Amino acid sequence: MIDVNKQGEVWVFAEHHEGTLEETSIELLSKGRQLADQLKVPLAAALAGNGVEELCVRLGQYGADKVYLAEHPLLKRYQASSYAKAMCGLIVKHKPQIVLYGATPVGRDLAPRIASAMKAGLTADCTDLQIGRHEIKSTGQTFENLLLQIRPAFGGNIIATIINYDRWPQMATVREGVMPMPEPVGTRKAKVIREATDLTPSDLLVEILSEHRQQKKVNLKSSRIIVAGGAGVGSRENFKLVWDLANCLGGAAGATRAAVDLGFIDRDHQVGQTGTTVRPSLYIAIGLSGAIQHQAGMAASQKIIAINNDPDAPIFNIAHYKIVGDLNEVAPKMIKAIREKA
Amino acid sequence: MGYNCIVLVKQVPDTKRITGQAMNEDGTVNRAALPAIFNPEDLNALEMALEIKEKYGGKVTVITMGLPTAAEVLRQSLYRGADGVILLTDRRCAASDTLATSYILSCAVAKLNPDIVLCGRQAIDGDTAQVGPQTAEKLGFPQITYVEQLLSLTGKTLTAKRNLGNGWQEVKTSLPALLTVIDTANEPRVPSARRLMKYKGAKCRLEVEAAAKTDPSIDVESTCKGLEKRGLLIRQWDLDTVGADFGLVRARWVAD
Repeated sequence: MIDVNKQGEVWVFAEHHEGTLEETSIELLSKGRQLADQLKVPLAAALAGNGVEELCVRLGQYGADKVYLAEHPLLKRYQASSYAKAMCGLIVKHKPQIVLYGATPVGRDLAPRIASAMKAGLTADCTDLQIGRHEIKSTGQTFENLLLQIRPAFGGNIIATIINYDRWPQMATVREGVMPMPEPVGTRKAKVIREATDLTPSDLLVEILSEHRQQKKVNLKSSRIIVAGGAGVGSRENFKLVWDLANCLGGAAGATRAAVDLGFIDRDHQVGQTGTTVRPSLYIAIGLSGAIQHQAGMAASQKIIAINNDPDAPIFNIAHYKIVGDLNEVAPKMIKAIREKA
Repeated sequence: MGYNCIVLVKQVPDTKRITGQAMNEDGTVNRAALPAIFNPEDLNALEMALEIKEKYGGKVTVITMGLPTAAEVLRQSLYRGADGVILLTDRRCAASDTLATSYILSCAVAKLNPDIVLCGRQAIDGDTAQVGPQTAEKLGFPQITYVEQLLSLTGKTLTAKRNLGNGWQEVKTSLPALLTVIDTANEPRVPSARRLMKYKGAKCRLEVEAAAKTDPSIDVESTCKGLEKRGLLIRQWDLDTVGADFGLVRARWVAD
């Protein structure tokens, strides 16, 4: 445990495999950037490995102000015990107030080990993160600028907000694919801070005999709630509305082929005949007309809510709830209402 | 030689069967309105432990932490082949978060000097997958999460295959070690009819005390003695038995 430290930085654990950054870590940098700006503190990436210095360039382009770089030959391949030791060393020295990890197999293996060693809190599988205040009603004590860690609980039946006001750093793992990918800015540079890590072979508790990795895909099929956007959303930037609504509901972001072709979102998110076929409990269609090819991939959803400014859009023929209106007015209202309730 | 295996299991509300009645008006869950079940992946962990015992010898001890009603998952474990079961129960454990839970469990596990500790990857009520790695850290054990297959066990060396969803990994480690097991690892056995008949009357002391409250004809002491004689008294531990420091287990989180 480290002391509560309001000036502490926001950190993202930079996961990498074979010289490439894990996409979830990049997604977290966009969320981390938001949180850090709100708290007016720097955003840093924590990068452990061996021969990984060149990744610092990309971390900077994706929004990190600083990179804490812990390199050691024994960190060449990820394993929980050695990486936890390296990360704990960095955390104890620099006292960040927030540390975020992707809820990947690596993040879910590593973060609890670190939380246990640091005696810090950890929320698993968050779908949204915000900065906010909390009052303990029985004592009247209030805490400002806490990390609100929002996640589905009880098998996705409720949305819980979890806070950790006195056992820092505030740590969370965040689901893959729930935060938008930021655009890299070529001229942005992170300051690299090299840190010595003191490891011995006895810190490696397992030996990796062999390994095989497959291409990662966004898991739309297992999502109970999908919020999908079409060409009508207008831009990659405006697609943030789709992401935000999906995040606050604990769902996944989907898209039509038109939105993917226009570059609003990656192809992994495409729903429809040439994309993924889904049948979630709830499908919210935003700014999409509902072409027959799209309907083929989502018509079996249990409940469909459609938002479109064209009252004759075909999507309204299969929607259970129809909202005729400008998505830029309706979606923010929905997000606000849901967040206030959570 | 055989292996001393400990399986950590949890009784959970059946989150797949949540209906409107299970939700309180303030949006929280009314646990009492939900059927309680054996956490599914903990059954996979128990199965793996029983297979180790059958192949290499040794024994399987199952531990659960919870209310006295959690003794039901211990009976379920006995029906399936567990050699011993322990209920870790203490009012002071109420509302433990994963950090407190893993601390208390690690104190209990340490008393039993195990070779292999197994648990399900995660429980379906919280889905955190934290208690396994945190217990391993507190014990200083290597952790192998997402285990799909036990590949070999020779002396103090274990190799296992991890299924990571986006790939797999084969790893080797020295015992003692902690494994978290996933649902594709095996097909958990059903209770044996013979063992069910033998153990269906197994009870912990707190269950006997609760029964005595509604039925004054039950004498707690003599009933417990009788159960013990027949090997049917479920061992019951509290924070003091396992040497856990109460100051460290206060729940620290507020969830709403």
